[in-house]
Amino acid sequence: MQQKAVNTHDPITEVSKLTKRFGKLTALDSLSFRVCRGDILGLLGPNGAGKTTAIHCMLGLITPTSGSIRILGLDIGRHRRRILAQVNFSSAYTSLPSNLTVIENLIVFARLYGLKSARGKIDTLLELFEIAETAGQLTGSLSSGQLTRLNLCKAFLNDPEILFLDEPTASLDPDIAAKVRDRLHDLQRQRGLTMIYTSHNMQEVEQMCDRVIFLAKGRIVMQGPPAEIIKRSNRSSLEDLFIAIARNGHLYETITGQGDEPCGSE
Amino acid sequence: MWLRISAIVMRYFFLHRRSVARVMEIFFWPVMNLIVWGFVTHYLKELALPKTVLFLLGSVILWDVLYRSQQGITLAITEEFWVKNIINIFISPISIAELLTAICIVGIIKSVVTTIVLGLLAFFFYRFNLLTAGPGLVLFLGNLLLFGWAVGLFTMALIFRYGRAAEALIWGVPFLIQPVSAVFYPVSVLPTWLQKIAYLLPSTYVFEGMRQVLATGVTDISILGVSFGLNLIYLFLGALYFSWMLRKVREMGYLSRLHLE
Repeated sequence: MQQKAVNTHDPITEVSKLTKRFGKLTALDSLSFRVCRGDILGLLGPNGAGKTTAIHCMLGLITPTSGSIRILGLDIGRHRRRILAQVNFSSAYTSLPSNLTVIENLIVFARLYGLKSARGKIDTLLELFEIAETAGQLTGSLSSGQLTRLNLCKAFLNDPEILFLDEPTASLDPDIAAKVRDRLHDLQRQRGLTMIYTSHNMQEVEQMCDRVIFLAKGRIVMQGPPAEIIKRSNRSSLEDLFIAIARNGHLYETITGQGDEPCGSE
Repeated sequence: MWLRISAIVMRYFFLHRRSVARVMEIFFWPVMNLIVWGFVTHYLKELALPKTVLFLLGSVILWDVLYRSQQGITLAITEEFWVKNIINIFISPISIAELLTAICIVGIIKSVVTTIVLGLLAFFFYRFNLLTAGPGLVLFLGNLLLFGWAVGLFTMALIFRYGRAAEALIWGVPFLIQPVSAVFYPVSVLPTWLQKIAYLLPSTYVFEGMRQVLATGVTDISILGVSFGLNLIYLFLGALYFSWMLRKVREMGYLSRLHLE
């Protein structure tokens, strides 16, 4: 087990002046935020706002143009592999090899995360996400709901400290989506897991997230607990606010707050 | 480290275990190639060109080692793009060196299996004994594997940079090398200016050496040494280029985009 580099009052993730430019396009513009241990942070914004770019920077898939990202007290640029051993990621847009069975995929990824004998853990996760019956099936034969849950099983193999979820319930029917949310909430409570979450389902975000950050054109336009920012912006719901920001993001640039309080404070 | 390497080796074992297409890739095409060239050489034998017969069959078998070795690296990583798994691999704690080591181990296993099968078929059907090359055979094969990996690293770097548009390189690049490497004919057949380029390729020395062994029974270790030295240079350059390109790909966000193509 690797030594953890943070205490409970340190932010588990600290992003400071993160900027990413692709040629003339500024995808992220001086983004700064902190995530406290055990929090669920929603990264919201219209398509192209920079949510996925921000997550991919935090996972070391994209090198920032400037700024810093510290995860578990370590700099992602210098300690990428050490950090990656303690976090995981699940997305509606990634898949696992379709020509391997469910169990084969999970065995391969368990070994990639350093677990030699993971069969017990794999069985527990398959049971937890209610896809135990698919263990011997080819991954390519799974429904999208089963595939999403398999991705989540993969994401929990290494007992991550931080879980990055990119639209985890996209393409799921409401029943399966609700089950997935319930499982994630249960696991978050049991393990004190930190989650960084993107979704276009605003009801889901209100239900899941302790705090949200709204991005527009790579900049933070609002942040805070969902109920509070709805109230501050005089909107009826998070969805209403989302639409307003998507259409007139610049009007909201001054409405920020609650983002820089030290972790552990109430 | 070895656990992560074994994970990738296992991933390809699982893949090949049930995929007819993947097994065909190891056996079918090389065997078909051997059969066609076997009959060609049979015909040449009737024309009383016995040495040519040996050279051609030896070339067919050795060329396949280089070809499969280059494809081992390129196809393994491209496969991860095809199944949208590349991000899962890159956000795991495996290092690039571990990933490439695993892919090379899979490549060695596939090349050894293919060479044994082709060697046996050539012996039973055409009375061609690959072992005539003696212990030097291992050096011939080793040099071709190394050069295949070096070419594979260059090819893979271009695929990371240019995405699916560059996938044709997987199959195209080896055939750029083939005529210059003097696989099926001696280097002396090439124009003088092309001979100079040919001698910059490690594969040329292997095929020249193979023809020499089959003709005289003597393995010229010195030319295999030159081949090995060139291989070290190409592997070093290939690894540098691959690492540089991977850094550029991370800077430009291509990894995320490639995954969505």
